[in-house]
Amino acid sequence: MTRKAAVRQIRVPLMVRAAHAAAGLLAVTALAHVLWSGLEQRGVALAFGALVVVGELARKGGTAREGAAEEREPAPLGAAGALAYALLGENAGHPTHHGVLQVVAVTVAALLVGSVPHLARGRAPTPDHLARRVLTVAFAAVLFQPLYNSGQLAELIGHGPVYALWLVALVALTGLCDAVLAAALVRARTRWPYGPLLRDELRAKRGIGSAVGASGAVMALAVAVAGLWALPLFSLPLLLTQLSFSRYAAVRTTYRQTITSLARATEIAGYTPQGHARRVAALSRAVGRDLGLSGFDLVVLEYAALMHDIGQLSLVDPVRDGATAALPAVEQRRIALLGGAVVRQTGVPSDVAVVVERQADPYRDQPLTARIVRAANAYDEMARGEGPGGPLAALERLRLATGRDYQPEVVESLARVLSRGGLAPAGG
Amino acid sequence: MRSVPLWAVVYIGLTAVGAALCAAPALDPSARTPWSAVALLAVLYAGCEQITRLRRVGQRAPRGMAGFFPVLLAGVFLVPPAAAALVAVPGAALARVELRPAPLRRIWRPARYALACWAAATVHVALGGRELLAAGRPAAPDFPLALAPAAAAALVFALVVAALDGGILATAERVPVRSAWRGLFPRSLAPVLVHGFAGLMMAVLWRSPYGPPAALLVLLPMYISWWVLAQYHRERSAHQATIRALVQAVDIKDEYTRGHSERVGEASVLIARELGMEDERVEVLRFAGILHDVGKLGVPTRLLRKDGPLTPEERRVIELHPEYGHEMVRGIGFLGEARSAILHHHERLDGSGYPYGLTGRQIPEFARVVAVADAFDAMTSTRSYRRGRPVADALTELKRCAGRQFDPQMVRALVRALDRHGWRPAVTSDEPEPQRTAAAVGAAHVPGPRGSRAPLAGDRPR
Repeated sequence: MTRKAAVRQIRVPLMVRAAHAAAGLLAVTALAHVLWSGLEQRGVALAFGALVVVGELARKGGTAREGAAEEREPAPLGAAGALAYALLGENAGHPTHHGVLQVVAVTVAALLVGSVPHLARGRAPTPDHLARRVLTVAFAAVLFQPLYNSGQLAELIGHGPVYALWLVALVALTGLCDAVLAAALVRARTRWPYGPLLRDELRAKRGIGSAVGASGAVMALAVAVAGLWALPLFSLPLLLTQLSFSRYAAVRTTYRQTITSLARATEIAGYTPQGHARRVAALSRAVGRDLGLSGFDLVVLEYAALMHDIGQLSLVDPVRDGATAALPAVEQRRIALLGGAVVRQTGVPSDVAVVVERQADPYRDQPLTARIVRAANAYDEMARGEGPGGPLAALERLRLATGRDYQPEVVESLARVLSRGGLAPAGG
Repeated sequence: MRSVPLWAVVYIGLTAVGAALCAAPALDPSARTPWSAVALLAVLYAGCEQITRLRRVGQRAPRGMAGFFPVLLAGVFLVPPAAAALVAVPGAALARVELRPAPLRRIWRPARYALACWAAATVHVALGGRELLAAGRPAAPDFPLALAPAAAAALVFALVVAALDGGILATAERVPVRSAWRGLFPRSLAPVLVHGFAGLMMAVLWRSPYGPPAALLVLLPMYISWWVLAQYHRERSAHQATIRALVQAVDIKDEYTRGHSERVGEASVLIARELGMEDERVEVLRFAGILHDVGKLGVPTRLLRKDGPLTPEERRVIELHPEYGHEMVRGIGFLGEARSAILHHHERLDGSGYPYGLTGRQIPEFARVVAVADAFDAMTSTRSYRRGRPVADALTELKRCAGRQFDPQMVRALVRALDRHGWRPAVTSDEPEPQRTAAAVGAAHVPGPRGSRAPLAGDRPR
């Protein structure tokens, strides 16, 4: 699939290797320290370790897929458990003494134990996932544990409501740190612009991320008040969240499959060449990324690109090779409107229908998403017909039509995306 | 809009009076009601209800947080019964009302929750839950003992809500008294228990030195979980709409088959139920019926619309549609067995069908069902070039061809099903009816259309 091609890794970038090395070093140091000096408060450590293991066991799938923001945290319960241990001050009213290194060691050990069944099934967690988990937990623990263990925290803010707010602030900082790190990793791999990536990561935090953060803080507080009984009690809602997320992800997947099938209808009917809709969708997404779109806009872009030719089904005779870009403008607009009508019935957001309807308009009348789909569509149609030199000739023709039909910035972005080799050349 | 039955008005009035009687003791000065806690909880609950009105959040938030109980249950565990009843009132009364009659609903909802909260809190107090939440010195919750009264209170809450809902279904919706209460309690049990534990956690943190801000944190994961569940339902109905769009795309091309797909889906379901298939397979079979002709998208429109006899060449092209259809839906994982039904629905038992000329049991079960349903609807529906035949004639014809073309088992199942239920198909494809979410008990909405399913219960054959 083209997305794989877009994330094609020739070699692991320096930034990613640095992150992995830092996490690895930290993990080894922490484990060595604990082996050397033994576990403080074994029962608490075991309880939290068990929670992280359970969370990892309940994890679905191995890799977080780009594009589905909610799937970025595959093991919310494990993440919340680790965070809670990093922020744990008291256990049922008695102070705890574990330090940063023990937090990291328990998390790492639990992560490894929890990954064994997944390894056996060949769905090992990605190094990125592990590195992020270790680094963010260490970050939270560094912010909290030394200050707490030295007794300064109690002096500064005491043990009242302000303490709870302080934990919330730490959780927010940790989330920010995680988002910055995650976006940097994706950026290093794909060279997509950093801003939108960070925005995507932060947006993802708003959903499952904030649930994880809040649960981590609540677990730490609840254990402080009620002891370790609070852990199973509060895991229940979080497991429920995890379940809802996986159901949501599943229905999203089938939804995407259905849209893709609907898109294939025109290909099977012989109105458009094989793979055209998929290529236009991949190209549109890449251009959208390059132009700084994110989240919802990218989904709109993908669905609209997949269904942009659906209006052709209403034609009694197919247009030759589905090359609508070569048709008279009035005819193009008619097909676009018919397509919009079909798309409106599909239950996708109405933004998608708007993109399909406006496809044949001059670019100044279009929303950005429609401009991208139009340029990507024209490129794919033109590049296919013209042999080995096709792509270059097609780009040239797009550039010549930037006065009215295609937005210059979009065409340039398209050229950038293509020159990066992020996509296979549009072959028939 | 139909009017509300008198009985329903009386019922709602009685509930409201009951709720008022339960809440009244809180106003007595000697009751020492913790007004600040009650006010804070009430504002919290109202906030949870109102959050759906915010423009940015509201579009994608669950419609009305009916069924979002952690705050109410925290109230149940924290304040005296009469005060707990008051917590629900402002939020439920001010919540968004989507169906008319709004004023009645604005009385009914707070009354219902107030009664449930009062009953749950009374049980919690009676079982000694309050003492267990702050036992010993310094006061700390006594786990795991504190769980038992909390769980009991949550159960009572679910029970009272279910009982009251059943009443409104019986009086306002005229659901038969025997079936009005069916399934209400089991359906709400799991969510209420989970919300009960969250409410308990809130209560514990509320009483702790960390105070209400810490308790507030509990709401965030609960709310997100709730929100995701609502998203799931939204996405699922969007998905079903998309499946229908696939069918409508066929209708664009082939005008006189309009509605045929949906009807074949219905007939397939009738047969499947008669064969005693599990619900999940029945649903898949419905999709198989709906989508059986989706491959016609691949056939040139000119051929589909041609009046008069087809040449052998044209016939061969049209006979490619099962393969086209299979090619299209191949990638849709959840369709499962339906995909083979789409490929094989023109096979015949004696091997003279297409595309592969399979015989007998080689033909997948779903394909044999859809073949019968397809032929039945093709015969009984009116096309531009001929009138539809009566159901009895079509069945005779099916029986005549059973064994050679159709599977006799499926034909018999269709005959039995039609004897029992009659044949009254929805004429055209329509919007998917709103799903009842597991927790948002349907009866949260007093009188209103209950979807098209209810009236079918009393249907008799001609």
